[in-house]
Amino acid sequence: MELQDQALIERIKEGDYQAFEALVNRYEGKVYRLAMRMLRNQQDAEDALQESFLQVYRGLKSFEGRSNFSTWLYRLATNVCLMKIRHRETEPAGMLPLEEFLPRHEDGEVPALQEWPEKPEEILLTKESREKMMEALERLPAEYRAVFVLRDIEGFSNAEAGEALGISVAAVKSRLHRARIALRGMLAEYFEKGKFEPPALSEN
Amino acid sequence: MTEDRKDRAVVECHGLGCKEILEKLSDYIDGELDPKICQDLEEHMKDCNPCLLFIDSLKKTITLYKYASAEPLPKEVHLRLHEYLKKECKDC
Repeated sequence: MELQDQALIERIKEGDYQAFEALVNRYEGKVYRLAMRMLRNQQDAEDALQESFLQVYRGLKSFEGRSNFSTWLYRLATNVCLMKIRHRETEPAGMLPLEEFLPRHEDGEVPALQEWPEKPEEILLTKESREKMMEALERLPAEYRAVFVLRDIEGFSNAEAGEALGISVAAVKSRLHRARIALRGMLAEYFEKGKFEPPALSEN
Repeated sequence: MTEDRKDRAVVECHGLGCKEILEKLSDYIDGELDPKICQDLEEHMKDCNPCLLFIDSLKKTITLYKYASAEPLPKEVHLRLHEYLKKECKDC
């Protein structure tokens, strides 16, 4: 039977390196995925992955289990990613002005919204639409991207995401809302203007 | 509802009503909205096609990201990670 995280951590604290490797094996895929979504660059994601687990090893001695291990790990890994992002010159920063991503109301007219493609799975089948999605995610300022990734992609609760990022639940909710609206707005430019073409039957 | 009334409803609710709706959409999607406000919101959306389309596309946005295939961990990245940690952790 697989040992629970806490049992592995106890063994690591006693100097069992294999237990640490087992813990790394369990979480490395998740941390890499998080880093790829945050950093959008393979080399940076790999660096963040290595740095995160080294910090885990060093920090485990003082990890008392007051919070869930995975939450602690995500907090640490998210901070490693945010630090890397802060050193970049090309990162978008600052607040997300919602108005920029909302349908335009000109002269009191109701905005002419169009329906999006019916089947999300069709959208995900085309390489171009997947790229559009990732470009949009990249355009979010890091603080908003981190909340969206943890909450809507990784499935954290508001409280867990808040704990991982060191912010209040109210701040999580506010950033999440803005991030969602912004992403929708960016994708609408593509899906509503007929730029999306459903995949051909032969495409995999 | 006649077409005429429907059109009027759309125009009327496009002011403050739609703006308030917009602020609450995430709470609505996450099931965290007060039931009374939730009911008002659903009432509003019956007559407001832009809001209905907006919430539909917002939900789709979330679903799309949730199911977008994630990059699997490349084997060589896994191997380099374990090699790196073995070396670095010796000195910890």
